[in-house]
Parts: sequence; structure tokens; C-alpha cells
Amino acid sequence: MTDAVPRMPGFLWRNPDPRRSYDVVIVGGGGHGLATAYYLAKNHGITNVAVLEKGWLAGGNMARNTTIIRSNYLWDESSRIYEHSLKLWEGLEDDLGFPILFSQRGVLNLAHSLADVRESKRRVYANRLNGIDAQWLEPAEAAEVCPILNVSPGTRYPVLGATYQPRAGIAKHDYVAWGFARRADSYGIDLIQDCEVTGLDVRHGRVTGVRTTRGPITAGKVALAAAGHTSVLAGMAGLTLPVQSHPLQALVSELLEPVHPTVVMSNAVHVYVSQAHKGELVMGAGIDGYNGYGQRGSFHVIERQMAAALELFPVFARARLLRTWAGIVDTTPDASPIVGLTPVEDLYLNCGWGTGGFKATPRAGWCFAHTIATGRPHEISAPFTLDRFTTGALVDEHGAAGVAH
Amino acid sequence: MQLLTCPWCGDREEAEFRYGGQAGVPYPADPRALSDAEWGRYLFVRDNPAGPFAERWVHSAGCRRWFTAVRDTVTHEFLREAP
Ligand SMILES: Cc1cc2nc3c(=O)[nH]c(=O)nc-3n(C[C@H](O)[C@H](O)[C@H](O)COP(=O)(O)OP(=O)(O)OC[C@H]3O[C@@H](n4cnc5c(N)ncnc54)[C@H](O)[C@@H]3O)c2cc1C
Ligand SMILES: [Zn+2]
Repeated sequence: MTDAVPRMPGFLWRNPDPRRSYDVVIVGGGGHGLATAYYLAKNHGITNVAVLEKGWLAGGNMARNTTIIRSNYLWDESSRIYEHSLKLWEGLEDDLGFPILFSQRGVLNLAHSLADVRESKRRVYANRLNGIDAQWLEPAEAAEVCPILNVSPGTRYPVLGATYQPRAGIAKHDYVAWGFARRADSYGIDLIQDCEVTGLDVRHGRVTGVRTTRGPITAGKVALAAAGHTSVLAGMAGLTLPVQSHPLQALVSELLEPVHPTVVMSNAVHVYVSQAHKGELVMGAGIDGYNGYGQRGSFHVIERQMAAALELFPVFARARLLRTWAGIVDTTPDASPIVGLTPVEDLYLNCGWGTGGFKATPRAGWCFAHTIATGRPHEISAPFTLDRFTTGALVDEHGAAGVAH
Repeated sequence: MQLLTCPWCGDREEAEFRYGGQAGVPYPADPRALSDAEWGRYLFVRDNPAGPFAERWVHSAGCRRWFTAVRDTVTHEFLREAP
């Protein structure tokens, strides 16, 4: 499987020093910040832009996620944004002119109880009404899609069936980030690493620039794409948000021969599994219960996750664990993102993607770029503005977003 | 496994506890007097600092009592526990 991974040239972007002023400053050089920069240039012709990243490009959640891409969310609002995202993924390799190893190998979301079965079927029907390729599979059919899945009735949480989205899949997260970075850079956008934003300058209710570890920078507009750190940044402008930051852990096995042809997720037992192109089994857990900014979580969480994985995939029993890690995910009360304007003029917000924002990377960037360029939410992201926490029009995706993915 | 100190039971494994989020969020004295935005803030907005955070924990698999602890959300170190 190793030769499936293409080699990269030595440098894909310049490494410029920050200039003193930009039309748009994007805070956070993860997938969303880089995609936003790219679409600002490509769709709106805005190129006097800097992306400020406190570490190295895409070293946050973008480097740490389990890369599952799917659009089988329950509500119309979410179906739209995630399905539009999936459509962008389907053309992204050509658009970026860069390999991203997008592999539409399908996803099974398992049901383990009667309540799961009902809720899963409801989601399948809702997905179909929204033109999304969703199917309900009985246990034996699920085992045909994924032969190593244990569907025997004797397990502690037997598999009673699964939803199946054939167009779902995985991509290589680093390459996705590098593809966006390379194209943004080629438009003349400055990608500035090792540059932490430590303050936001707000005058008369309007943001005018940022203070950074590499000096102050004035900005026409400031756009936050800082995932787990968004609350800290918003606090610099006096804003508090309906966001809580939690550790989310994942792990990989050593490299193995191909055994796992698809993606399997189980909200009930908190594990999701695929096999990466190089051959490692990639497994994600549920979030740790407490707030955490430490990029690590508690051991008992992955212990339980492994117990669940072993029951679903007895064949993994002798696989060896290679690495575990955590990211910092920005969760919201309704498990849906926040994209839009803020009470501070010229300060824009893209956050709250929590455990599931990798799949949204292209469309989130697209909608956020539109919002920044026009000063108005994009129609696809309009249901996801901050206002919903006043109006009560929540988009509750706890069922489809589950604990994680 | 991380040990948490229950003020009543002493040091116990983290898995015995559940998290209750920010401490000291009072129910509004007169909910009907709040605007929609204020009510929304009460329902949905909590502090989310990187650093010391006063939060509620419950010893759910032990004495089942709640307590407040100050914990550093960056190091995960418990700084102070109190009933
Ligand atoms: C273990 C794990 C598994 C996941 N699995 C999936 C999955 O299978 N599918 C899916 O769709 N999603 C998944 N996610 C969620 C997904 O990774 C995130 O929703 C998404 O990556 C968030 O957007 P981002 O890439 O821009 O975030 P990040 O990559 O975290 O980017 C934010 C950047 O902002 C930077 N930053 C923060 N503060 C500052 C500052 N003050 N100054 C400058 N820069 C700053 C950070 O260093 C970081 O690089 C998972 C997440 C984790 C942690
Ligand atoms: Zn106790």
C-alpha cells in the first residue's frame, strides 16, 4: 500500500515574514483557515491576505483528525452544507491540482439498539429526501460491505443494522492542507507560521488589527478560524461564545495489509475505524468529558474505545498500537458549527465544527470566504450564525454527529 | 489514570467522576425579566478559559455528591477542591 502515497516536492509555499497591514487577516492556519484563504482569492479576487498560525501550518486538529468525510446528517440545514462540501471534495483534486487521496469507500454507521435502529432509519429517509445516497442495511448486508465486522448476535452491543453512504470516505488530511496552502500561496497570500495572535485591536466596536508574537498587524477584516482556541481569541475582543473546548483522542496501529475496505462508525460504543492508505488502522474515540486545552486526554477513554473496537473487529486483537494523540475540539450546544458575523464589526467567526469539521473543510472555507468578502452569511451557512442561540433555531445534530467523527 | 480528590471520599480514579462544567452559574433571579439574548446566554454560553477554571464535578460512582474544583484546563492539574 505504501506506493499509493505520492512523494512531495521540498517546498510548497514561501515562508514570508508578516507585512504590517493586510485587507484580511485569517487567524489559524488549519484546514479551514487555508481553504478560506484559497476561496477568498479564487472566488472573490481578494489576495492581500495573511493566514497567521501560531505553530506550523495545519498542525492542530487538521493534523489530528481521522479524516472521515460524509454528508448523512439529519436536518436539511446540515445536509445542505455537508452535501455541498462532499460535492466539492469530489472535484477538489482537480481544482487544487494536487493529490489528496480522496477515497470514496463508503461509511457504515452502526445501530446497536432499537432506538438506534429507528433513529438511523429516520436519518436514511431524511437523507434521501435531501438527495443524499443513504441506505439502510441489515446486519448481513453490512457484513457484505465490511467482512471483518462482527455482526454475530452474541456480542455485548450487537449490530442490529447500519446506515450506509457509499459516496462517503476518507482523504489524506495533510495533503488537503498542503493543497490549499500551495494554491493560496500561488495567489500571493502570505502564510505566516510561528505567529501567535495575542490580542485583537477593537476601536468603537470595530476590529482594526491584531497583535502577534511577530509584531502588530493592521487589518481591514479579521477572520477567526482557530478551532479549539476560538473562545480565547474571541475573549480578546470581549466576546463570549457558546463553545466549549474538549480533548478528542485518536490512535493508529502499525502498518497492516489491507483488511478494512470501508469506514465504520458507532456512536453507541464510541469508536470509528478506517484503514489509511499506508495501511495503519485509524481509530477515533469520543471526546473527554472535561474542558481541555492540553492536546491530550485520559487513558480510560481510549481503553474503552479499544474494547469497543475489539468487539466489533475481533481480527484487530493482535494489532499493535503505534501512536495516540489528541486535538482540541470546539463543541457547541447543538453539535453544529458557528459561521458568520460577530457583534464586533469586521470580525468574522468560523468555529464550533467540533468533532466533525474536516469533512466540511472545502465548503466551510467557501462559505466563510463569501461571508468575509461580502459582509453577509453565505446562503448555505446562514442557518449557522450566532443568532440561533438567541432565536432558539438550533440545528441539533447530536444524533448524526454523535460524540465524534 | 488521573486521580481526582473527592472532598468526602479522598483520591479516586477519574472514571468514577462525571463532569458538570462551569461552577457558579446561578439560575436567573427573575427569568421573565430577561431578554431573549440574555436567556440564550444563560442557557448556552459558559466560560471556556485556557487556564484555571472553577468547575463542578460529581462523584457519580462513589458518594454521588457534587463538589467544585479549580482545575487548569491546559495542564489538567487540579489546583483546589471544595464542597
Ligand atoms: C482526534 C480527532 C478526530 C477527528 N476526526 C474527524 C473526522 O473523522 N471527520 C471530520 O470531519 N472531522 C474530524 N475531526 C474534527 C476536525 O479535525 C476539525 O473540526 C477541523 O480540523 C477544524 O478546523 P481546522 O482544520 O481549521 O482546525 P485546526 O487544524 O485546529 O486549525 C486551527 C489553527 O488555529 C491555530 N491557532 C489557535 N490559536 C491561535 C492564535 N492565537 N494565533 C494563531 N494561530 C492560532 C492553531 O494552532 C491551529 O493550527 C476530528 C478532530 C480530532 C481532534
Ligand atoms: Zn465521594
